[in-house]
Amino acid sequence: MSAIQCRKLLKQFVQGEQLVRGLDEVDLEVEAGEFVCLSGPSGSGKTTLLNALGGLDSLDAGQVQVAGQQVEQLSKNQRAKLRLTNIGFVFQAYNLIPVLSALENVEFVMQLQGRSKQERREKALAVLAEVGLQGLEARRPSQLSGGQQQRVAVARAIASEPDLVLADEPTANLDSASASQLIDLFLQLNAKHGLTFVIATHDQRVMQRCRRLITMQDGKIIADVRQDAAA
Amino acid sequence: MLSLALAWRNLWRHRRRTWLTVGSMIFSNLLLIFAISLQLSTYEQMIKNSLRAFSAPLQLQKTGYNVDQKMRLALNNGKLLVASLSEAFPKLAIAPRAQAFVLGASETRSLGIAVAGVDKTAETRLSSIPTSMLRGAYLTGRAGEVVIGEALARSLQIDIGDELTLLGSGYDGSFAAAVQTVSGIFRTGVIELDKSVVQINWSDFDAIFFMGARVHSIALAPDSLNELARYQQSLQAFIDTSDIKTQSHNTELELLNWQALHPEIKQSIEADFASAWFMYAVLIALVAFSVLNTQLMSVLERTREFGIMMAIGCSNGVLVRLIVIENFLLAGLGFVLGLVAGGALVFYFSHAGLVLSGMEEAAALYNVPSTLYPQLSPLALLLGPSVLLLFCLLASLYPALRLIRLQPIMAMRAK
Repeated sequence: MSAIQCRKLLKQFVQGEQLVRGLDEVDLEVEAGEFVCLSGPSGSGKTTLLNALGGLDSLDAGQVQVAGQQVEQLSKNQRAKLRLTNIGFVFQAYNLIPVLSALENVEFVMQLQGRSKQERREKALAVLAEVGLQGLEARRPSQLSGGQQQRVAVARAIASEPDLVLADEPTANLDSASASQLIDLFLQLNAKHGLTFVIATHDQRVMQRCRRLITMQDGKIIADVRQDAAA
Repeated sequence: MLSLALAWRNLWRHRRRTWLTVGSMIFSNLLLIFAISLQLSTYEQMIKNSLRAFSAPLQLQKTGYNVDQKMRLALNNGKLLVASLSEAFPKLAIAPRAQAFVLGASETRSLGIAVAGVDKTAETRLSSIPTSMLRGAYLTGRAGEVVIGEALARSLQIDIGDELTLLGSGYDGSFAAAVQTVSGIFRTGVIELDKSVVQINWSDFDAIFFMGARVHSIALAPDSLNELARYQQSLQAFIDTSDIKTQSHNTELELLNWQALHPEIKQSIEADFASAWFMYAVLIALVAFSVLNTQLMSVLERTREFGIMMAIGCSNGVLVRLIVIENFLLAGLGFVLGLVAGGALVFYFSHAGLVLSGMEEAAALYNVPSTLYPQLSPLALLLGPSVLLLFCLLASLYPALRLIRLQPIMAMRAK
């Protein structure tokens, strides 16, 4: 079953006096449970594609289907609902809410889903334990290391029980050990929960361990390789 | 609850800015509460003093007497009317009054003056003149006595024990004249009264002006002005439904309240209130813009964060609710602390009094004492701060609208 289906995605930007194609008629299909990396140089269209998949950015043409919904046909609030229920985001800069503790950051998305206080508290504690942050629940982002903050971001992304996790350069701000641990965590979540991962990255360590490596250049997919990931 | 916690913590990201905004609200609320309390109690004092001098909150009269104070526009059977009303409304202060315009002459001077025939006992309950005696004593009921305003006594160059000659027309149009002895001199502070009014006993007035037990008006006063509307309604019903008109042979009975009797007082209060509200509106607008500025700054500097929140699934409604809650907490804090501060200030001055030094003459002109005691009332306490709260809440609309228009990807790119 397809988790993502993209047809002829077109996204154009004005750069100076030139019209640049951020996405140039991109076709992509990702099956549920896949662990996919988007690689390519800066400006190749990785982040633009992730934003299009998550309904964060509008397209000039093409169709994106995520979780059975045509993203480009949804309103702003409907896209927000789609992200809330079906998509988890992990960003390069962690992007946690600074005034909330780790636990509250994770609880926040579940509150948006309308879950009861007890349910979201239990779930948040369990997810934080799963990402290895037991005992650090009460800490605010400023009291956590970069690796720990990224783990909170992952916990937040998966707490809403999405089908798909979109990660944009998740290891870019992490040291080698933290980056390695994060990839382990992603693979573990992929294996355990069957979550579909699409990760935009420059990081060779991430690329080496993914099962499908898509390479982009100038807004186009120039290579799509299935590989045996290292454990 | 998490939204509330988030909103509350967001407020304190910039403690100094939040406290400055809350401080401006507290200060404005304090000013509004104090000014409105002072204003309302001054008005009440002004009304009471004006009415207590020689008028009343309610007045029963022959139709049209307040417009054209002719001698012949009198009520028949004054005593019967007073007795009937006293029986039906035992808690009301009820005073019969008759009035004539005469030439008052002393040995050296003569002036046009108003002579009022009054019931000394009834006036003591209703008027401030009996307690405003400067020299001598108020009417005792003895025949031939007169009390006179201080300014009038000075103009006529008479004092206690001197004679005052009254020359005018009686009820039947015949010549009326009498010589009364000054038994007391009063100073009410109401300039018009002090310089042109004398009071004599009702029985003397009846005899001098051939009134035949008629009176020109019956003054009626409840204990508090708050009871005025209720009594007015009951009295009107009594006049319309009882046989008081038939019994007293008065076909044209008119009951008026102080607003109808003294439209000038009501108008001056309304004008003063309107001009004061212009000042309050300026103050409220300034504070509302300061709140708007704080909220807008807060939204602008968190644009990226709002983008992230949209990315994780926050709808427009959730973001707007967050901004509104933040604003409500900010404005609510200013509201509550402002109420406490304003209430405490008014409470202090309601006991200590606010002395208008050097303004005694001006205050007397408006029948206001030179020491004011602002009174704490729910209206005075809540009116200004509630309007301010409302405008501060409205000030969150613009930042909220900006959020609605924000696209997640553009917001996430903000620095």
